[in-house]
Amino acid sequence: MIYFLCFGLILVGLYGVLVRRNTVKIIISLLVIEYGIHLLLVLQGYRRGGVPPIVEPGTDQQTWIGQSVDPLPQALVLTSIVIGLGVLALLVSLSIRLFERYGTMDISKMRRLKG
Amino acid sequence: MPEIVIMVLVILMIIGALLAIETSNLLHSVISVGAVGFLLSIVFLFLSAPDLAITQIAVEVITLVLLLRAAVRSENDSVPHRRKIIDTLVAVLMILAMAGLGARMFADFPQFGEPVMDRFADAPSNTYLQDGLEKTGAANIVTAVLLDFRAYDTLGEVTVLFCAVVGALSILRRPARKRLDRPDKEKDK
Amino acid sequence: MSGQKPTEGMSLIVKTTCGWLKGFILLYGIHIILYGHLTPGGGFAGGVIAASAFLLILLAEGQRAGLKTFSKKAALTWRSVGALIFLAVAGLGLVVTGTFFENFWTGHASGNFTHFGGSIQASEIGIGLLVCSSLYLVAMVLFGCAFGFESER
Repeated sequence: MIYFLCFGLILVGLYGVLVRRNTVKIIISLLVIEYGIHLLLVLQGYRRGGVPPIVEPGTDQQTWIGQSVDPLPQALVLTSIVIGLGVLALLVSLSIRLFERYGTMDISKMRRLKG
Repeated sequence: MPEIVIMVLVILMIIGALLAIETSNLLHSVISVGAVGFLLSIVFLFLSAPDLAITQIAVEVITLVLLLRAAVRSENDSVPHRRKIIDTLVAVLMILAMAGLGARMFADFPQFGEPVMDRFADAPSNTYLQDGLEKTGAANIVTAVLLDFRAYDTLGEVTVLFCAVVGALSILRRPARKRLDRPDKEKDK
Repeated sequence: MSGQKPTEGMSLIVKTTCGWLKGFILLYGIHIILYGHLTPGGGFAGGVIAASAFLLILLAEGQRAGLKTFSKKAALTWRSVGALIFLAVAGLGLVVTGTFFENFWTGHASGNFTHFGGSIQASEIGIGLLVCSSLYLVAMVLFGCAFGFESER
């Protein structure tokens, strides 16, 4: 059930990418897709009643291993979040450049070749 | 009852995303997507991923600043929602196709609350949890995975970040002509 | 943009608050970078927080003060230094143990929680420097003060 809600978030972002014409709106929809995918990956590693994958002084190693959530999706999503920020910076600078060149944010008016 | 809380939070995230996509004012949609990101970091806390929660909050702040820069630039150039029937039809068909594929995909997913590493005894995550502290000396297993067991991923990530920043710098650079016109420019630096 | 005068920042209230806050935000970012092997966080999160401290200076105190605190040349240099630290840790693994990225220098024996994290901590410092200065560079370019307005005024 929770997976379907999360997939719904991805579909909302997909709808935004397909329907909206404003470049900032398209960037925002891509962000929503990214959030949905991150959430989907982390949800798979969750254990019911799990504890964070951080050893504390004095914990019993064996019981802790039985309780901890999966650290692998968390590590991969951590890199993905920062990559997402770099890609967002690239997209925002592209959108600012397009606005300077065409004077509009509507991608359907940017079709003509110029310059 | 973490599942109920997570479900409510995800529903709120969907509402925020719909608001962000449907509203015609760019400033409103940027603020709505900020709400979605902060809710996501709360969800990460409930999923016992504190590393992700910290990173998501910090990244969300910078994201909002960058998006505001792009949105304020346009001086409320709100593009009217001209909806052609054929566009909406294509979008709905795409979304239905994706939903079908997703329903097929979720049949193979593990149940919520039972991670994949429980199914296979030799899953890499079990090794990481078992040997992480002894082999790397890092108590935070996520850091151990990130910088020791899977350091090549991090190297690739750093490369991508480096390239994205170089790309943004070169896209936003002023034309080189201006600098050639002003040979006396360099002496001030 | 490059032909304009540098912005002078916001009102006195914002500047005063920023003056109190910026040191603490930067300190928090450095703490998160240095203790990434024991507590949640690490090079990525700490780098982003430190970058937001510099971004606060750039936006609240004006471009002149921001560039005086952390200039474009310094950001470019620190970015390369961070990447080189990360690669140097990986290369030292190759030299010492014969495998690229091998952890050659575990900070402490198992079960001993010290402030010292060995090669993981060194990598965290490199990644933190890289992320911080990269994001600061992007923000600096997006807010239009990276290409020498001082001389073009």
